[in-house]
Amino acid sequence: MSKKLLVVAGGIIAVAAMVTGLGVRADEFTKEDVDRYQDEFMSVVEKGRALWGSPDLGTNGVACGQCHPNAANTHPETYPKFQKQLGRVVAFREMVNWCLQNPLEGQPLGLDDPDLVAMEAYATWERRGVELAPGKH
Amino acid sequence: MTDSASRRDFLKGAGAAAAVSTLPLSMVKLAFADPAQDFTFAYISDSHIQHIKGNEFVRNWDRGLIRAVAETNLLRPKPDFVMFGGDLAQLGTKEELDHGAELLAKLDYKPRMVMGEHDYYLDLGEYWSKLFGDQYYSFDHKGVHFVVLNSILTFDEWTHERWPTPEQRMLEMAALDNPNGSPFMVGEKQREWLRKDLEKVDKETPLVVFSHSPIQKIYKGWNFWTDDAEEVQALLKPFDKTTVVYGHVHQIQYNQIGNIAFHAVMATAWPWPYPQSYAQADQHLPVLTVPMNRADPFFERDATGWQFIDMSTGRVAMDYNLYNNTNRRVAFNAAKGHPEDMAFQDPARRIAPQVHY
Ligand code: HEC
Ligand SMILES: [Fe+2]
Ligand SMILES: [Fe+2]
Repeated sequence: MSKKLLVVAGGIIAVAAMVTGLGVRADEFTKEDVDRYQDEFMSVVEKGRALWGSPDLGTNGVACGQCHPNAANTHPETYPKFQKQLGRVVAFREMVNWCLQNPLEGQPLGLDDPDLVAMEAYATWERRGVELAPGKH
Repeated sequence: MTDSASRRDFLKGAGAAAAVSTLPLSMVKLAFADPAQDFTFAYISDSHIQHIKGNEFVRNWDRGLIRAVAETNLLRPKPDFVMFGGDLAQLGTKEELDHGAELLAKLDYKPRMVMGEHDYYLDLGEYWSKLFGDQYYSFDHKGVHFVVLNSILTFDEWTHERWPTPEQRMLEMAALDNPNGSPFMVGEKQREWLRKDLEKVDKETPLVVFSHSPIQKIYKGWNFWTDDAEEVQALLKPFDKTTVVYGHVHQIQYNQIGNIAFHAVMATAWPWPYPQSYAQADQHLPVLTVPMNRADPFFERDATGWQFIDMSTGRVAMDYNLYNNTNRRVAFNAAKGHPEDMAFQDPARRIAPQVHY
């Protein structure tokens, strides 16, 4: 049964390869590809920066950037890590949500919300070059 | 209405109760010249009163200022006067400045005011001046000459030509890390006024300058900076005992440049990261500074506070009253010729929360 499935799957891949051309390999990305990936990433970073500066993210007009210029003092390289007040090891996004709910008096974002991903992307970009330090307080 | 009134009363009570255990009630008196000339003053700064809508303001920032006012009123011995170091408002609106003025009116003292960029860039200080008076001035008190500068001015082109509306201009200057912002400066006109003002003052008179931005260059990206700092410093140089006290940075900083001692004050609203914690920054935090503790966001008043300043030596001895933290005292050490922290200056005595990264 499962062998049959594999044979069928193999057949589909072989057909796909013939249709799209034999020169294509999944791991052979080009410089253009890499540039495009980087541009995609930077556009999300830009969106994240805007969210960090936005008075509309919470309910009281306060923006993250008021206390975290350039997302400083957020240490994304230290996550996941133990947060004493939450009593467990948490992800960076959970601390974003904590600040969103408290100083910004807002609603938490879903952990896969593109806005939350963008905010993480921005904070991480501002920390580029800093060594990973998981767990560091 | 009733709600906000009772909330305010409660907070005032809570602030007062907390204050009793933390205020420096017994001042260490140093033996200097004429003890009758000894005096103290209080310094409150950076309250960033922020309007939401109608009669709603950001509760967190309100509480910081309410507490500073309540605690200042409890000071014994009573300070001779109270300073407010700028950034009373967040976006310079009439609502914010009025509300800030109303909270300051609870002081048993009429504060002397310093202009901050958040007070200024909406209407270029017009309403602020209506409420509080001159934007730069000097006064004498018990043998000390005090000068207040408006140090948050910038290029005319940026101020007058660049932005389509005053609201946008204010927003551009309010975001600390905004690359569209512009460096602070005292400017030629005020420097000329300062030169004339100081001409009349004996060079042995202790001189204290209050400004919003540091009259020294620490990190340009966040305007921890005054562009004509060297020109202003040159005017202060002839004086034997000169101190600059500044706000804006929302953190403990101190420094010594030549004969000029520098002290920063805390915000009542929120603390700022040290520039060294921005990985991409080229910054120059004075090596003398032992930083404040890293803030704990789970205590909303942590790393905020106000200052009680003892002038008995003609120099500043500054008690930082930190709402959720051990108080700090930074005082001029005459033997060493610079300010130092009374507990932590020795590198061997530093503690882990003072390490910012
Ligand atoms: C009132 C000021 C204030 C505001 C506004 C604020 N924060 Fe914070 N936040 C803090 C402080 C203070 C810390 C503790 C910093 C430290 O550990 O040194 C902190 C910590 C964090 C951390 C964890 C940092 C670490 O080192 O573990 C993250 C992530 C964070 N904030 C994100 C945000 C985001 C995103 C927003 C906007 C939704 C925001 N903050 C708004 C004050 C604030
Ligand atoms: Fe400020
Ligand atoms: Fe400021």
